[in-house]
Amino acid sequence: MTRYRVAVHIVPRKGVLDPQGKAVADALHALGFATVRDARVGRHLVLDVDASDAGAAESSVRGMCDKLLANPVTEDYEIAGVSSS
Amino acid sequence: MKFGIVMFPGSNREADATLAAETVGAEVVHLWHKDHDLQGSDVIILPGGFSYGDYLRAGAIARFSPIMKEVVEHAKRGGPVLGICNGFQILCEAHMLPGVLLRNASLRFASQWVSLRVENADTLFTNAYEKGQVVRVPVAHGDGRYTADEDTVKLLEDRGQVVFRYVDRSGNPLPAANPNGSVNDIAGIVNDRGNILGLMPHPEDAIDPLLGSTDGLGLFESILARVAA
Repeated sequence: MTRYRVAVHIVPRKGVLDPQGKAVADALHALGFATVRDARVGRHLVLDVDASDAGAAESSVRGMCDKLLANPVTEDYEIAGVSSS
Repeated sequence: MKFGIVMFPGSNREADATLAAETVGAEVVHLWHKDHDLQGSDVIILPGGFSYGDYLRAGAIARFSPIMKEVVEHAKRGGPVLGICNGFQILCEAHMLPGVLLRNASLRFASQWVSLRVENADTLFTNAYEKGQVVRVPVAHGDGRYTADEDTVKLLEDRGQVVFRYVDRSGNPLPAANPNGSVNDIAGIVNDRGNILGLMPHPEDAIDPLLGSTDGLGLFESILARVAA
């Protein structure tokens, strides 16, 4: 078993009203960052997991996302990176 | 008639729920989240509060508390389950009710009195009310914006599972009367079998004239009438 560091991005799904993201976009506009079209605020999780290889580490984290870390009704997740730690 | 009120770490409305149940003449037992025993409860209440600090998502972690296994089995047998505020969030996270409660559209904690219209008075939880009746109860939540996919919302509406809706004092839906931006002004829903109710407002805090309203009592009287019968 090797220890892997798996990073996950969890963001509100497109089409789901994200008031935090809207507030951030509005603030950026107020600061003059007029090029911002959209902002969504989610979570970034970093997990250290033991697994036989990188693929197994990623698939175990996907299982965690499906069961607990993301809400399938309103959130999407993506594995942002897997590295041996 | 015995109400079992589940205590999670961070529950804080259990005393209010206890008082409401006792006011209508029910016996109350408090159930610790780590136990596996409902102690013969006829009705389970998941009270308001901030179980597990609302970490990750409101209700997401309480769902995995040991006692939830027994609560799910109780519901599968047709036993009544009432989730108030954080309890509603837990029921959604546990997939005992469809949908999810998201951050209020205003991004503000909503602590205020609201008017609710009783949309379905034929349920286990609302038979003491009249259909269309407007009741006054308080809300106190930061994550109360009910959301579900379009098909689910349509199904809830078509089947009469939307039990309470935010309205103005005269009973009309109005954006300003909706404290959190819930889709279709939904304040409370039941499952398709009708034995699980989740709602964001606090009927247990509208049981004494001293507090400004006794409209919440009807919910507890409804349960008592149906379960005792």
